[in-house]
Amino acid sequence: MEKKKPIVATTSLAGCFGCHMSILDIDERILSLIDLVEFNKSPINDIKKFTEYCDIGIIEGSCCNSENVYTLKEFRKNCRVLISLGECSIMGGIPSMRNGIPIRECFEEAYMHGPSVKGHNPEMVLPNDPELPMILDRVYPCHEIVKIDYYLPGCPPRADLIYDALAALISGNELKLPYEVVKYD
Amino acid sequence: MSQKITIDPITRVEGHGKVTIHLDDEGNVVRSRLHIVEFRGFERFVQGRPYWEAPVLVQRLCGICPVSHHLAAAKALDVIVGAGTGHGLSHTAEKVRRLMHYAQIFQSHALHFFHLASPDLLFGIDADPKIRNIVGVARANKDLAIQGVMMRKFGQELIQATAGKKIHGTGAIPGGVNKNLSEEERDKFTKGESPMNPEAMIAWAQSAIDFFKGYYKKNKKFIDTFSVFPSNHLSLVGKDGALDFYHGAIRAIDNEGVVILHDVNYQEYFNYIHEEVRSWSYMKFPYIAEIGENGGWYRVGPLARLNTCNFIPSPLAQTEFEIYKALTNGKPNNMCMHTHYARLIELLHAAEVIRDLLNDSDLQGNELVRTGEKRHEGVGVIEAPRGTLFHHYRINDNDQIAMANLIVSTTHNNEPMNRAVNQVAKSMMTGKKEITEPMMNAIEVAIRAYDPCLSCATHAYGQMPLEISLYDAREKLIDQKKKE
Ligand code: SF4
Repeated sequence: MEKKKPIVATTSLAGCFGCHMSILDIDERILSLIDLVEFNKSPINDIKKFTEYCDIGIIEGSCCNSENVYTLKEFRKNCRVLISLGECSIMGGIPSMRNGIPIRECFEEAYMHGPSVKGHNPEMVLPNDPELPMILDRVYPCHEIVKIDYYLPGCPPRADLIYDALAALISGNELKLPYEVVKYD
Repeated sequence: MSQKITIDPITRVEGHGKVTIHLDDEGNVVRSRLHIVEFRGFERFVQGRPYWEAPVLVQRLCGICPVSHHLAAAKALDVIVGAGTGHGLSHTAEKVRRLMHYAQIFQSHALHFFHLASPDLLFGIDADPKIRNIVGVARANKDLAIQGVMMRKFGQELIQATAGKKIHGTGAIPGGVNKNLSEEERDKFTKGESPMNPEAMIAWAQSAIDFFKGYYKKNKKFIDTFSVFPSNHLSLVGKDGALDFYHGAIRAIDNEGVVILHDVNYQEYFNYIHEEVRSWSYMKFPYIAEIGENGGWYRVGPLARLNTCNFIPSPLAQTEFEIYKALTNGKPNNMCMHTHYARLIELLHAAEVIRDLLNDSDLQGNELVRTGEKRHEGVGVIEAPRGTLFHHYRINDNDQIAMANLIVSTTHNNEPMNRAVNQVAKSMMTGKKEITEPMMNAIEVAIRAYDPCLSCATHAYGQMPLEISLYDAREKLIDQKKKE
């Protein structure tokens, strides 16, 4: 009987997609990876909703709006193991530099004061349509919203680290986390 | 009964963008909108940071083309530290940066073609979504998949050699670069074992063009008629109107080829380009100021660049360019699907430029940084893979950033993408009370041609998931379909 492959799901919350790009940087190994694991809900395929319970969920990015929180909770519900991939997911990363600044100021800067809008927005229009998700008061790292099982540091974590971590999880071996990867950049 | 339809090009819950379509009582499309639902606030939160952080900080906007942000910010800071724009740098600094940037164009265009376009070309637009992705390509045509992987790898390794890291590097600094390319580093590429050398990359880029031409021959009607509409086009152009991704002046033309912006200096971009804010999207709507909000919108990216430039300064790509231009008798090309064709010609050009640069001994020079009289304001503009990218900074007397303004490539294409969606919706949705699979596909294909960052994100490996909800005039949900 064929052994069932581990199922992996991934998502990008408030991240820059660099962590997902770093997964691609495993280069030729991507071809062996797709033989080793089955991808469920992920930007890498067309599956939008979880179709079954997954073994590994990989989260890039932090939570900066209401939809991010919803997605993250869905991942926790549907994955046995959750990995925070990269500094945005772990600590909030660069997007969390807005923490401490009133969101209104961020809006005014982008939509009223910028040199290419200044004077061209006399009615002071700000994006506020019901179709747009609610922006949170601050950016929340993932572990403040749900329990996270593993953290892979880096911005982005280097490709080798991602591959080794997945291989370790799949094989049940311990992951060696070299000293030099435990840092922001 | 009048209706409203919502389409999430990216899943609702993952939210980066979505589409709503409103129908009137007769079922005619009265309005459609592409909503961008992400907001970060970079312009505000970089204020107060030391200016030299900008190139490493602001590139965290986008991990798909971080080199473009890295270099656009560095170019703005070149002005601030008094090195001037573009050619103000030392030959070594300018060429190392060019190598980094053309490597980025190369890897990004290769990624787009192999991961995004090739599934459609191999299996057809209407194939089962389950196989229409890179995993399907890997199973059906392993050689093609390996080519895609190795081309990206080649570009990424060049970026690492010049910027220190594959993603979010640190190579460019105000006034220059922090290292040159040693002979040893260079030889890794020029003497690289096949296929990891420029000649192999040029050959593969050429074969990608041939692959597309073959597809075009068989599907001419679709490629020539899908989502066609006239528009203005804008890009940087180099000396004598050469295609140049790294530096130049702003040129804009109308759909007939009449020049609207005549190679203007981008330090004053804010006199020529204004942005409109609309309440239903976090992404602004740029337009050419002189024409105004209604007719001043334009396209950027590969299609626009091959419309605005006069020629391509490398022989193989120029030959392909001439064949491509002959399709429209030298006039601007307004056929959306030709963007894929244009992108591949640029891929070939990038490979040729990389080969020439690697053979240039200036890369081993030792003059890395130039500075001059300090200024308080600077603008940096570059042609990113997806189009023109603007960074504008002002600093205070403490060397802190006091103002930042960013217009990213996808933003310029905001209005064109909205038009494309509207056009597809009008032609396929009118009179229908139900959301059909072909219509979802068509909307997806129309948006994808622009390779917008919001969805190239989700696209990177596969195709765009869609969610459509149908509402009546009282905003009551009457139908919902998902593509899974
Ligand atoms: S950790 Fe870095 S690479 Fe990853 S999403 Fe955040 S900014 Fe991008």
